[in-house]
Amino acid sequence: MQRQTITLDHPTDWPGFRTAARALVQAHVLPQRVDWRCQADAAEDLFAPEPHGHNALPPPAPDAPTLRVPPDFVHLCEQLILHRDPARFALMYRLLWRMAQGGTEAEAARNDPLDADRMLAHHMVRAVRRDMHKMHAFVRFRPVVEPDGQTLHMAWFEPDHYITEANAGFFIRRFTQMRWAILTPDASVRWDGQLLHTGPGAQRSDAPPPDAGEALWLTYYRHIFNPARLKLSMMKKEMPTRYWHNLPEAALITGLAQTAHERSAKMVEAEATVPRRRIAASSPRSQPAAGAGSFHPNAASRITRN
Amino acid sequence: MNLQSKLAILADAAKYDASCASSGAAPRNSVGGRGMGSTEGMGICHSYAPDGRCISLLKILLTNFCQYDCLYCVNRVTSNVPRARFTVDEVVQLTLDFYRRNCIEGLFLSSGIIQSPDYTMEQVVEVARVLREEHDFRGYIHLKTIPDASPELMQRAGRYADRLSINIELPTAEGLTALAPEKDSAAIDRSMARMAVHIGESRAARKEQAAQAIVSMPQSRTTRRACAPLFAPGGQSTQMIVGADATDDRTILATSARLYGVHRLRRVYYSAFSPIPDAARALPLAAPPTVREHRLYQADWLMRFYGFTHDEIVPPQQGSPAGMLALDVDPKLAWALAHRERFPVNLNTAPRELLLRVPGFGVQTVDRLLAARRVRRLRHADLARLHVPLKKVLPFVEAADYRPGRALDTADLAAQLTPPPVQRSLF
Repeated sequence: MQRQTITLDHPTDWPGFRTAARALVQAHVLPQRVDWRCQADAAEDLFAPEPHGHNALPPPAPDAPTLRVPPDFVHLCEQLILHRDPARFALMYRLLWRMAQGGTEAEAARNDPLDADRMLAHHMVRAVRRDMHKMHAFVRFRPVVEPDGQTLHMAWFEPDHYITEANAGFFIRRFTQMRWAILTPDASVRWDGQLLHTGPGAQRSDAPPPDAGEALWLTYYRHIFNPARLKLSMMKKEMPTRYWHNLPEAALITGLAQTAHERSAKMVEAEATVPRRRIAASSPRSQPAAGAGSFHPNAASRITRN
Repeated sequence: MNLQSKLAILADAAKYDASCASSGAAPRNSVGGRGMGSTEGMGICHSYAPDGRCISLLKILLTNFCQYDCLYCVNRVTSNVPRARFTVDEVVQLTLDFYRRNCIEGLFLSSGIIQSPDYTMEQVVEVARVLREEHDFRGYIHLKTIPDASPELMQRAGRYADRLSINIELPTAEGLTALAPEKDSAAIDRSMARMAVHIGESRAARKEQAAQAIVSMPQSRTTRRACAPLFAPGGQSTQMIVGADATDDRTILATSARLYGVHRLRRVYYSAFSPIPDAARALPLAAPPTVREHRLYQADWLMRFYGFTHDEIVPPQQGSPAGMLALDVDPKLAWALAHRERFPVNLNTAPRELLLRVPGFGVQTVDRLLAARRVRRLRHADLARLHVPLKKVLPFVEAADYRPGRALDTADLAAQLTPPPVQRSLF
């Protein structure tokens, strides 16, 4: 039996994979006889067969099985295909092929959480989901005024996997009335308030530099940190350093960490101060407002400055 | 005072509140709205501070002027910290600006008590109202409510907020009287109870409505009923300060168990008392007991997800200081070492409740074991594939091809499983 090479249109070509995989299973093509690639890989590979518009798919065997897979599996594959590992197509096909065989193989591929292929697939999907979640969290928009006077919010992000387009829905639902664009090395997405436009990858220099408004966010970051609880390992676990160069606040981390011990030691060593009550005490359950014990913020702040 | 300095002061004033969760809200988005914002159930941490804490919400005080004199609090009336006060509009604009930049999930607003509890609460609620009604903001809002504020204000707060909280502050009423003379633990309890009732009623109303189908006339357009109003769909949470007074862990966990059981709280946060600038004399000026805080969170998880009751986690006579959780081993391992007669647990036959008691097994691991054993007999090698800490697990389980032998009976099992003491880093 000869080897089959399937060339998919792009790295996340789910319909293309589905069509090819269905035909291959129905023609009894063993997983180890299929090579999967995308057009981008094929262009780089000198010895690749000429790319052609359509893959020559084998005809179904006379006893071709009807393919029924659990909806969970389809859902899993839709996310698995976003992974950057080139071996993802082979893994998906192997699982599908095993499910079509029936017997204990199929049972393990469908239901055994400790099956090696399934574990690998779930592991990869977790990586994709984590990457998507980190993109929800770490994309930082900066406003740019467009020629028509409207504001476009632009962001530059470098995901680990091919998640940009799949993740656009989150930003559409969240910022429906805003114009925004997210640029990544693989793809770019732009929302004009009505429609999503997808485009090719971009470069960091295509995105806007920091703007003055970011200063407030940096002030907040500096002051919400409690120096008495410095715990960089925990922080790096949740916000890995590879994301730092695209996060404006990350530039503050080194400075904050270096002075943390000094600051907290000072707080511990400092003599407790003499309490000074500047606002007359009032019983919390007494009636509010006017009277000798009432309090006016401006009056108090005047005293604070003494 | 400019906005930058106000933000600096009022973020400094808010950082001792541990809660930053943005989860539990009803799913919604800004499709078809005028404003922006969405919540999809799972919270998102948009950044992390170098203290390892998540930054999910813009956590600030409306003002840090306060008439109360709670000794543990950086904003107490007798403290010399600089003071500031935001206007309602400043908080609204900050929230919207940070949200537009995708820096936050929403707002967590708290405040010092100025003029009166009702006046303060009204200001806090007004921020939420402007965000929701004038800007159609659909992000997350967590409001810290003031126990002495009127029930009507609390009711309004619940309409706008995804989550409400009242800090219980200290685990015992005596502690509160000693350290926070103006606060009243009975009032805190009443407010929590009232909130629990509102949350429960709103949930029940929506459930009932969903269950009743609308019968329409033939050929008429299908209609939908307006939803019953929400009340803090993310539930209520609270915070307890640990290490400011002498309360032991057993008492703390008993208090938490009561809060979870009676008031149906979603979360109890434990906050290791941390040295604050300009601290009061009566309090321990030491590094925050973060390991103890960590053990309390582990114990809290055991109560909420692992079927442990609070009194079995710290038995009265156990532990080197009585009534305290061990600091060198996690509470589940400590329990297992003290109850070796319950082990080994058979991976292939034990019920879920027992598997959950095995040290080193998380809820997810247990669920995967249960799913796996429907199709196969579990063996030693399967455990390795699950990436569980084998050294910790193996003495307590048996599998088709594995028995722990006498490992359970060895006197130094505890020593073997206790991590060697590490010198605390100097930097």
